Amino acid sequence: MMNRQGRPTALPLSSSEIGETFTGNRALQVEEPLLFEIGSVDRSGVDFEEHEKLTEIPKELLRKERIGLPGLSEPETVRHYVRLSKFNYSIDGGIYPLGSCTMKHNPRLNEKLARLPGFSSLHPLQPERSVQGALELMEMLSDWLLGITGMAGIALSPKAGAHGELCGMVAIKAALEASGESARRVVVVPESAHGTNPATAALLGYDVRPVAAREDGTMGVDAIRDALKEDVAAIMLTNPNTCGLFEREIVEIAEAVHEAGAYFYCDGANLNAIAAKVRPGDLGIDAMHINLHKTFSTPHGGGGPGSGPVVFSKALAPFAPYPRVVREGDALRLEEGHGNSSKDGTAFGRLTAFHGQMGMFVRAMSYMLSHGIDGIRQASEDAVLSANYVRARLADVLNQPFGDQVCMHEVLFDDTSLKGSNVTTLDIAKVLIDEGFHPMTVYFPLVAHGAMLIEPTESESKESLDQFIDALRSICGRATADGGEAMQSAPLFAPRRRLDETLAARKPKLCWKADEADALAAE
Amino acid sequence: MSVYFTKDHEYIRIEGDVGVVGISEYAQEQLGDIVFVELPDSGKSLQSGDEAAVVESVKAASEVYAPVSGEVVESNEDLADNPALVNETPEEGAWFFKMKLSDQNELENLMSADDYKAFIEDLG
Amino acid sequence: MRYLPLSDADRGTMLSEIGVGSVDDLFACVPEDVQLEKLPDLPHHASEMRVEKVIRELAEKNLCADNAPFFIGAGAYHHHVPASVDHIIQRSEFLTSYTPYQPEISQGTLQYLFEFQSQVALLTGMEIANASMYDGSTATGEAVLMAHRLTKRQKALLSGGLHPQYTDVVRTLAKFSETETEELSAGSQQSAEIIDAIDEETSCVVVQYPDFFGNISDLSDIAAAAHEKGALLIVAVTEIISLGLIRPPGSMGADIVVAEGQSIGNGLNFGGPYVGLLATRQKFLRQMPGRVCGETVDQDGRRGFVLTLSAREQHIRREKATSNICTNSGLCSLAFTIHMSLLGEAGLRELAEINHSRAVALSRRLEKIDGVELVTSAFFNEFAIRVSRKADEVVNELAARNILAGLPVSRMLPDVEQFENLILLAATETTSDEDIDRLEAGLKEVLS
Repeated sequence: MMNRQGRPTALPLSSSEIGETFTGNRALQVEEPLLFEIGSVDRSGVDFEEHEKLTEIPKELLRKERIGLPGLSEPETVRHYVRLSKFNYSIDGGIYPLGSCTMKHNPRLNEKLARLPGFSSLHPLQPERSVQGALELMEMLSDWLLGITGMAGIALSPKAGAHGELCGMVAIKAALEASGESARRVVVVPESAHGTNPATAALLGYDVRPVAAREDGTMGVDAIRDALKEDVAAIMLTNPNTCGLFEREIVEIAEAVHEAGAYFYCDGANLNAIAAKVRPGDLGIDAMHINLHKTFSTPHGGGGPGSGPVVFSKALAPFAPYPRVVREGDALRLEEGHGNSSKDGTAFGRLTAFHGQMGMFVRAMSYMLSHGIDGIRQASEDAVLSANYVRARLADVLNQPFGDQVCMHEVLFDDTSLKGSNVTTLDIAKVLIDEGFHPMTVYFPLVAHGAMLIEPTESESKESLDQFIDALRSICGRATADGGEAMQSAPLFAPRRRLDETLAARKPKLCWKADEADALAAE
Repeated sequence: MSVYFTKDHEYIRIEGDVGVVGISEYAQEQLGDIVFVELPDSGKSLQSGDEAAVVESVKAASEVYAPVSGEVVESNEDLADNPALVNETPEEGAWFFKMKLSDQNELENLMSADDYKAFIEDLG
Repeated sequence: MRYLPLSDADRGTMLSEIGVGSVDDLFACVPEDVQLEKLPDLPHHASEMRVEKVIRELAEKNLCADNAPFFIGAGAYHHHVPASVDHIIQRSEFLTSYTPYQPEISQGTLQYLFEFQSQVALLTGMEIANASMYDGSTATGEAVLMAHRLTKRQKALLSGGLHPQYTDVVRTLAKFSETETEELSAGSQQSAEIIDAIDEETSCVVVQYPDFFGNISDLSDIAAAAHEKGALLIVAVTEIISLGLIRPPGSMGADIVVAEGQSIGNGLNFGGPYVGLLATRQKFLRQMPGRVCGETVDQDGRRGFVLTLSAREQHIRREKATSNICTNSGLCSLAFTIHMSLLGEAGLRELAEINHSRAVALSRRLEKIDGVELVTSAFFNEFAIRVSRKADEVVNELAARNILAGLPVSRMLPDVEQFENLILLAATETTSDEDIDRLEAGLKEVLS
């Protein structure tokens, strides 16, 4: 059969004819052993300068036993990691529609500029006069983030989104302590929240009071009011929420929270839907983290590093942690506030050594300057448009748990339409892998049964969206037509079939061990 | 021999003045493959409803609560090495811990085997 | 707008497929009075050339480690990173992939994480390691919380030799998580003083190795004393290359080793992103925070790797999670792994020897200068000197001569008389004889 692009869709041979290869390789998919199986402790891919050997370390402190770290020459190292890289899917290679993760294009200009020696080779503890350009970039980033959010104060140092949450919630706790209201011991968290929200609240010793959403998937101010007893310190709300919906009553919710003497923490993970459309500061939010690796295109890098600056309302700004960049005339200074030496005494302390993820600040700044405020607005609009296009084109084959309504930057489906077949959400994800796509987020948020959360982002062309949608429609069709038995064995064409997660968790093997490998070889 | 159940799916089997506590067949089915069990130390005193143990599957983790008050007298070391036992024989070999009851009357608050059977049928 | 593929025609087609007239209809759920009527007052989009110019100008205002004799350490070190490291981490499949939640198409990331964990365990002399933390300071904070969970105690005893900003991080976390810290006054790490301070409420002792002032000493006595009182020993390492030359904390009784891994594979980057390492004993596995990769097999029996033990993590356990963390330092841990593979054991040992030799050479030259006294005796690649004037003035005057001379300790420990004249200096394989000559000449000038 030919597909719409005129490509044949059948395999050249039936599976029984494919058989084995001698190596276990499959053409461009080449199996690669572990570093520990190919390297050796006396091989190295680094040459050093001649040097005079001097030692002043007491003998009993020297490391004498073999460490066991294998080395490789440079060509072997390059080949080893290049081969590994080929086992990964990437946004550069295709649509990566992970809901709530925002896999948008990562411009290479960002990478180039972050590598300028004036940033990449700058030590965090150099004299301030020697790092004015770096401090200026931090000031510029602050101005942009404050301008976009309409907030009053900022902390750049948090290392990732969850670290930013911690920063925002600590500021709230510090503010409550300062006003003698430490008796407030409860944080209100919607059931659909990211898991980091309750985890952060609990880390700070708060009890979590969950609140259920309404039937349309958003929070009602009445339910919030009921939860807002005098023991409440704060509410943590994501907006747009994890179901991809804008919280319509957010302004009323903020008013109710403030009336109750509590603070409003907003999880800013989904800022990319509303940047330059709505300012969180106008909604009554007191603190919000911004994931530079989501909204502002710094790369996810296989799981990090992130960067999670936090913006604050006027009420919370004084409690922002050290370090802070402050302007004194023409010069910029770093307030580092060590020990008990803090000048104004309101900063809550320090969350990390040094000043935050500078490498990510440069990348985000490069993205913002490229897009400009007009481009950021267009990106928000395109992200929302694309998600709604996916929604509209899938609405007849997949069910939206909160009814067919307009979404923001991501669209949530559940597994209702799979009932009666043997196919689960997980199977759909694995078949998508065989079709050449990265699956959407599955089983999150927990409020939808068998959730599938699709976030296409503004980076996809219409053609790319259509290919993904057509494939997903075909999969849904096959699932309901023939019961979908075959789908349970997917993926068939990925570098690995489904992996045994039970084995991994029952007998955890986290590190390569020489003796175990020897024992295996002896068998 | 009498067995009682809680609505959190623990059972307690009474053997003299000692209760043997574990999770029900229904609970292990819901959790899926069990990968780890964290057990209380002997001598720990528990109030009814206290968190006594933790059971982890690949995708979930749940607390196991003390069905009644008392003192832990023994925990099942076999589960540490072989958590899969919980899937195989939840209501027999794979008990979690034994406790000395401080008040036999508390058993009246729990469900009988028949009541529990009806309870889980209601859950669908 | 070069990053946006949709044309106006596409947008029109898509809107009609959705069944709305304009994009404003998609934002109708946003209360009208908070929708921005006009854009915030910020610049509009710009060409790649223009952006490059603006940012390059900022970069060029800085005096970087490549362009000056450079001697600053204190938790971040200037090392040479082989070109192939940066090349490989920029491959699309590593740079632009997400957390490996779909293991069938993420084996590249998962296998290197397994290699990373194995390298970290070997290097620190421990049994297991996680897939990395944000950085050394936050890893230290997480290790303290882990020790609290393991010992069911609430008080961390912090050595005076711990990096002052690490101390600040642990103190902040303790204060707001309602646990305790007992801080010994800043200064070289003294075993006897630490041992005296351990009591039945101590959950963990946190020491640094080499300590903030560069001293190295055997930690076995501290470990034994901690264990006797039922406490754990946490060892923080800020210069990971040192472990190529000196005994690993694991061999001295450490229970948790945390480290800043920046020195291997990662640039200075003005303080981040870096890569935190966390290694511990097998028996503490279930209380270890952060992401973990484990070996398993697929349906056909082929070896593969998955993220595992995730039932402890925030997305499942929510308020009962071991930590609120949901990212690691992915790409920085990849850089670490590649650089470590290039070095191998032989290369690491040689690199460590060179670092030490350069520091010895530097110390021997400096201590001969009038007005300079060497304070640290046994050190790896970093040591403190006492100068005859205020250290911050000396360092600033040298910076004015384009010499980045070290850290005035008073920047981190202000208003303490004994630290006012103290400068912390580091040497690495990048430190040349000419660099040392220029520092020597500069110091003679500003001290005369």
